[in-house]
Amino acid sequence: MDVALSVRNLRAYYLLGYFGIEREVRAVDDITLSVNKKEIYGIAGESSCGKSSFIRTIAAAIRPPLRVLGGSIKYNFLDRDLYDLDEKALADMRWKHLSYIPQGSMNVLNPVRRVRESFKDFAFPHMQLNQIQFFDVVNRHLERLHLSRSVLTAFPHELSGGMRQRVAIALATVCRPEFIIADEPTTALDVVVQKDVLALILEMQREIGSSMIFVTHDLTVHANISNRLGIMYAGRLIEEGPTRDMLREPMHLPTLNIWSPACHGSATLPRRTRCREHRRVWPSRHRVAASTRAVRWQWTFAAKPIRS
Amino acid sequence: MLRVFRDLLRYNREFAIGTILMLIVLSLAVASFFSPYPPKDSYLVPPDVPPSWAYPLGTNSRGQDVFWQLTVAMRNSLLFGIAVAFLSRIISLAVGLVSGYAGGVVDRVLMSINDTFVVIPLFPILTLFYFMMHDNMSWAVLALAMASLGWPYDARLIRSVALSLRNREFTTQSVFSGMPTRQILLEEHLPYVLPIVFSTTMNNINWSIGLEVTLSVIGFTNIETPTIGTMIYWANQHTAMVAGIWWWVLAPVATVIITFIGLFLLSVSMNEFIDPRSRLARMGA
Amino acid sequence: MYLLRRFGQFVLVVFVGINIVFFVTHATPIDPVEQAISSATQFGQSDPQAVEIMRKALRELYGLDGTIWQQYANFWKRLATGDFGPSLSAFPTPVSALIGQALPWTLGLLFTSTLIAWGVGNFLGGLAGYYRKNRLLKAVGIAATGLQPIPSYIMSFVVLILFGYIWPILPISGGFQMNIHPDLSFPFVSSVVGHSILPVVSLVLITIGAWFIGMRSLVSNIVTEDYVVFAELAGVDRHRILTSYIMRNALAPQLTGLALSLGGIFNGAIITEVVFGYPGLGTLLVRGVNTGDYSLVLGITSISIVAVATAVFAIDLLYPLLDPRVKVE
Repeated sequence: MDVALSVRNLRAYYLLGYFGIEREVRAVDDITLSVNKKEIYGIAGESSCGKSSFIRTIAAAIRPPLRVLGGSIKYNFLDRDLYDLDEKALADMRWKHLSYIPQGSMNVLNPVRRVRESFKDFAFPHMQLNQIQFFDVVNRHLERLHLSRSVLTAFPHELSGGMRQRVAIALATVCRPEFIIADEPTTALDVVVQKDVLALILEMQREIGSSMIFVTHDLTVHANISNRLGIMYAGRLIEEGPTRDMLREPMHLPTLNIWSPACHGSATLPRRTRCREHRRVWPSRHRVAASTRAVRWQWTFAAKPIRS
Repeated sequence: MLRVFRDLLRYNREFAIGTILMLIVLSLAVASFFSPYPPKDSYLVPPDVPPSWAYPLGTNSRGQDVFWQLTVAMRNSLLFGIAVAFLSRIISLAVGLVSGYAGGVVDRVLMSINDTFVVIPLFPILTLFYFMMHDNMSWAVLALAMASLGWPYDARLIRSVALSLRNREFTTQSVFSGMPTRQILLEEHLPYVLPIVFSTTMNNINWSIGLEVTLSVIGFTNIETPTIGTMIYWANQHTAMVAGIWWWVLAPVATVIITFIGLFLLSVSMNEFIDPRSRLARMGA
Repeated sequence: MYLLRRFGQFVLVVFVGINIVFFVTHATPIDPVEQAISSATQFGQSDPQAVEIMRKALRELYGLDGTIWQQYANFWKRLATGDFGPSLSAFPTPVSALIGQALPWTLGLLFTSTLIAWGVGNFLGGLAGYYRKNRLLKAVGIAATGLQPIPSYIMSFVVLILFGYIWPILPISGGFQMNIHPDLSFPFVSSVVGHSILPVVSLVLITIGAWFIGMRSLVSNIVTEDYVVFAELAGVDRHRILTSYIMRNALAPQLTGLALSLGGIFNGAIITEVVFGYPGLGTLLVRGVNTGDYSLVLGITSISIVAVATAVFAIDLLYPLLDPRVKVE
């Protein structure tokens, strides 16, 4: 089985020092996972569990005070660890091999420039075409995403939420990258538009044949789109496995907590069964409570002062 | 509150430098009370003596000791600046808070008036005012006039703080828990409003001393009172630069520049302290 | 809709401003007519009838005859026609002629220095906000922090001393050399430019600090915006991000800031003119006050208010060009 991305023991912390007090916030705390080729790996977790920090770390888009402290990130199209690349190699690799679908919020495209400028900035440098050919390709791509050509001459605030999200998807996929990271692409959309957008993402991914990491807290979306599912909590990956198995028999209480609303109270108590690929990645140190409401937070995410 | 100041002093370089500069200026102002010469009299000492041990900053052409003149001048200018800042604080707090909390039509009307006052050029109006008042213009009247024209810039800043407070969660929580409005304002919101009031007060003192200096130098105020501006005015009248009596000009100019930079640093560091985004930028970047 | 609102603001500024002027001139205990008369009659005996005629003539000249409502209406009429009567100190030259002569100098000074200060200040501030580690830019930042709080008079004065007494290489007074005939010949134009260098430098130094500091903090906030993060993730060329994504988005709020600070910049300009004896509105105003020329002072104040309000309105018209989110109808 070919592996598209292999992350081993990744640690990235926020190192903060303000007014004499130093703190570290463990945004990414010893994560190990791998994504196979042509697979969609879903990541779920509640807010502030470190999903976005993890995403940005594996996309090499972090700024201080977030720093990588250890571990390795290896993509199959690179010969070295991601953080061993120099600036130029990183820039070359971006968008052509590794792209990113953001949440299509109001602010995700440059508000003072028309959409076509964004396409020129993002994709044009990577495709060796002249302008006419380039916009030909872009137009055809937009059609496949059910967007009309007039989108190119519009300003971002003139588009609806769904259109903006589809433009973001178009931007990310026009260069046909091998690896796509999708960061909550459907969170801001209503359910009807969500269905369309998800279908488009799936279609694109199948057509281009890229691997994808899909982040969202919505388990119903994962049920529809992810092949495998990983649950994050407090900067750690606490559970991982094929989506169907995960949704049927979650092992850990935090998983249970984000899962039960989706099942509307028909929760069955978790049983300690194991199947071949469904591994428990984080040993549970607590008793499974009878009620899903009684949860004891054993892992703290917040600041631990090193020195005060 | 005191702990905030202590932390700022220790970790924020601008605040520390600003405090030191202001302490220098304040000690000068306080020293004026120990002046051996009556401030308004002239020809008490030999004129045009360069700085020496007897006269640390020399004497001027009017026969006054420059150092002691400077202390009185600094005190008067500072008092004037503080008075204007205090008076205009009342208006800007009132307008800013009402505008921020009330919102809607009241907000829009007040901000329109606010922007009007921001745009109107003050110097011609104050000149006209002086022209109409001539010798009747006392410092108190001038302070009132400047306070009634100098509030708009700060009112806008206070309004933005009030707006953000109104929408925060702890406000709705307090309202729902049945806290009376007055209590909410005093206990929950005041700690957020105070820093911006502090910072704008520093700014306003700067502005009013600057304007006072400008008006005095051209001779548009009561030039008998020793202030920084009138010192420079008299120096110009006696063509001190041409006559080579540079210490008469250097002393007030240097002192007032120290004052301005000190107040500015204090105001800027407090502003940075309030703004959470700049705090994030400082943290380990 | 937007245009209408900005025009409404323009009207409001002029209205409130002129009302304040009217209030100041009529609410004070000094009567300019009596003032003028007392300065004219102080040197000896004057014929009471002559004094009475002078009083009536002055009242009419100053627009101070009739009831207060008549005076109010008269005031607005004069503003509309731009006729403030003859100047007392330069009798019988009309005030409007004097202002007309001085205004171009002030406008030239304002326009040049604001363009330079706003442009250069914003550019450097943008660079400083993006390249935070650059030592040169950090040094420029410290210089700007030192320059910004210093008021107009002190700055101009220091420049005057530096270049007038310590290092006299540039002319420090007047608009041009006195004996050159004003036309478009090279000696005249170069003389004008030469004489304007110091006032422009002063005014630029006065205003540039604020633009630098403001732009720097604005840019460091914009850098955290979603579209910048997205562009960086996509590997867009850094130079392009700085110009097209960051600076371009910072220009709109800075333009608004320019509109709001025009009143202050105008103040700075006329103060600088007084220091350098530059033949603009500033020197004219001070001369008017010192010679007790009521009409002149009144005229200059009114025209200043209208001029600044017009400039602000002009900037408001430019704003939609920078920010496409504003709906212009």
